[in-house]
Amino acid sequence: MEIADKIFVLIKSGILGFLSSFLPAWLVVLARVLLSITAIAIFGPVTMMYLTWLERKVVARIQNRYGPNRVGKFGLLQPIADGIKMLTKEDIVPEAADKPTHFLAPVTVVIPALLIFSVIPFGRGMVAVDLNVGILFFLAVSTLTTITIFMGSWGSRNKFSLLGGMRAVAQMISYEIPMVLSVVPVILATGSLSTVAMVEAQTGGKWFFFTPWGFFGAVVFFLCGVAEVNRTPFDLPEGESEIIAGFHTEYSGMKFALFYMAEFMNAFAVSGITVTLFLGGWHGPFLPSWLWFLIKCYALIFIMIWFRGTLPRFRVDQLMGFAWKFLVPFTLFNIFVGALWVMFPAPKNLYISLGAEIVSLVIVCLASRKDAPKKRNYVYAS
Amino acid sequence: MFGFGVLKGMSVTLWNFVLSYVYPKKGMVTVQYPEERKKVEERFRNFPFLVYDGTPDNIRCVACDICAKECPPKCIYIIPEKDEQGRIQKKPATFDIDYAICMNCGICEDVCPFDAIYMDHDYELSEYDRLEDLMYRKEDLLKPAEHFAKIRPNDFARVEAARAAKAGRKGRGAVTSQASSPAKSSAQPQAPSSQVPPGAPSQPS
Repeated sequence: MEIADKIFVLIKSGILGFLSSFLPAWLVVLARVLLSITAIAIFGPVTMMYLTWLERKVVARIQNRYGPNRVGKFGLLQPIADGIKMLTKEDIVPEAADKPTHFLAPVTVVIPALLIFSVIPFGRGMVAVDLNVGILFFLAVSTLTTITIFMGSWGSRNKFSLLGGMRAVAQMISYEIPMVLSVVPVILATGSLSTVAMVEAQTGGKWFFFTPWGFFGAVVFFLCGVAEVNRTPFDLPEGESEIIAGFHTEYSGMKFALFYMAEFMNAFAVSGITVTLFLGGWHGPFLPSWLWFLIKCYALIFIMIWFRGTLPRFRVDQLMGFAWKFLVPFTLFNIFVGALWVMFPAPKNLYISLGAEIVSLVIVCLASRKDAPKKRNYVYAS
Repeated sequence: MFGFGVLKGMSVTLWNFVLSYVYPKKGMVTVQYPEERKKVEERFRNFPFLVYDGTPDNIRCVACDICAKECPPKCIYIIPEKDEQGRIQKKPATFDIDYAICMNCGICEDVCPFDAIYMDHDYELSEYDRLEDLMYRKEDLLKPAEHFAKIRPNDFARVEAARAAKAGRKGRGAVTSQASSPAKSSAQPQAPSSQVPPGAPSQPS
C-alpha cells in the first residue's frame, strides 16, 4: 500500500540515485528536471489518445451504438491507427495563408496545454514544480491558448477561420473572468496560491466541494473550464453547422491533430485543476493517491463527454449573456460567501454562508430572469 | 423553471448509456454486420436466379425470351439451344444477366410463365471488375428448386400448388381452355398464399 502510493516517487528517486553514482552534481539536477518533463510529455499525449477513444465510446453508447471496436480488443488500438492516418495525410497550406503564423499556431497550441500539467499534483509528492503561485500560473497559461488559436485563424486567411477565431477570443476572455473569480474563495480559505497547499488544506474529507461556496464554485469553475477548452455546449469557435470547423478549417494532417491534442489535454488539465481545487485532490481512502486523482479526473471528463452527448450548442448571445449576466455577478457573491465562511468560527459559518449563498442565488436568478430563454411553444409538435 | 430541461435531457442520455451495458438487446441498435446479419424478409428481392429441378440439366427455362423482352433495363440476354439440324430446342444455350444493369425490379419473375426465374435473397454481390465479374452466366445463375423453397417457403408452396394443378389439367387435356391472362404478373404477388391461385397462364404462341 505504502509502496503503491509512492511508486512513482520511488522510481524517480531510484533513477536519480543511480545517476548520481557516476554523474556530476549539476547533471543530476538537470536529470531531475528532465525526468519530470519526460513523464509529462509522455503522459499528456497518451492521455489525449485514450481520451479520444473514451469520448467516441461514451458518445456511441449514449447514442445506442458500439463505437470503435474493430482495431484491437474493444478498439483499444484505434487511437494508434488514427495517429498513423493523421501522420501520413497530406499537409495542405493555403496559398494565401500567412505561412509562418499558420505553421506556428498548431505547434504552440500544445505548449500551454503541457505547461499546465507541471502544476497539477497527481499524487502525494507527485507535482513537477511546486510553484508558490501555482494556481495563478494555471490561470495565466491557460489563457495563452487564446492567442495561438487566434494565430491559427488569422494565419489561415479564411473567413470561416477568422469568424471562429473571433468567437474563440470573445468566448475565452468572457469565461476567463468567472473562472478566476470562482477560484478566489479557495485562495481565501487556503491562504495560499500553491496547488499543493490547496490539496493539503482539504485533508480528512474536508473537500471544498462540500461547503456552500465550494459547491457552486466548483460547478461554475467546471462550466467555465468546459467553455475554455471549446467543448460542447460551448463549442461555438468550431461550430461545424455554421462555420465549417472554425479556427482549424484550413488545417489537415498532423497540424489538425495537434489542435485536437491541445483540446483534449486542456480538458484533462481543467478536470485536474477542478479536482485539485474543489474535490480534495488526491485525497481518498484505501487506494493509492495518484489512482484517486485519476478516478476523480476521469469522472469529470465523463461529465464533459456526457454534456457533449446531450446538449446542443449555445447561441452566441446566450453564451455571452450567461457569462456576463449570470456567472460574473454570481461568482462575485460567491467570493463574499467564501469570506463569510472564513470569518466566522466553525459551526456557525455553515448556516451563515449557506443562507448567504441561497439569498445570492435567488437575487442573481431574479435579476437575470429577463434574459433567460423563454419556454418555447411548439405549435405543430403537439 | 429554467434549467430543469437540461437535467431531464441529461438523465435520458445517461439512461441510454446505462441501458446499452445492462440490457443491450433494447439499448443497442447496431447490427455487427460481417458477424451477424439482419434477417431478410421473405419478399425481399435482389437479383434473379434460374430454377432447376433435381440436376442442373433439368432446367425449367425454355428460352422463350419473355423475360428478356419485358426487362425494363434490358439486362437479360438469351440464346436458345439448337440441335444438329438447327432446330431450336426448349432450352437456353446462353442465359446472361448483367448485374451492373439489373435494377432488381422482379418483373422477370412476374412475367415468366414457366416458374423458371425467381428473385434471390443474396445481396453481397460486390466485385472488383464491373464488366466481366458482374456478368452472370447461366452456370452462375442456376440454383435448385430447394433453394427457392428455403428462402421463400410461402411463395414456393403457392407456386408448387399452381404447377400441380396445371399438370393435372394437362393430363386431362384442358390446357387451352384458360383465357389468355398474362395477369400472373400483377395479380399473384398480392394474393395471400392460402387462396387458390388463378389458373395457369396460356402458353406463349
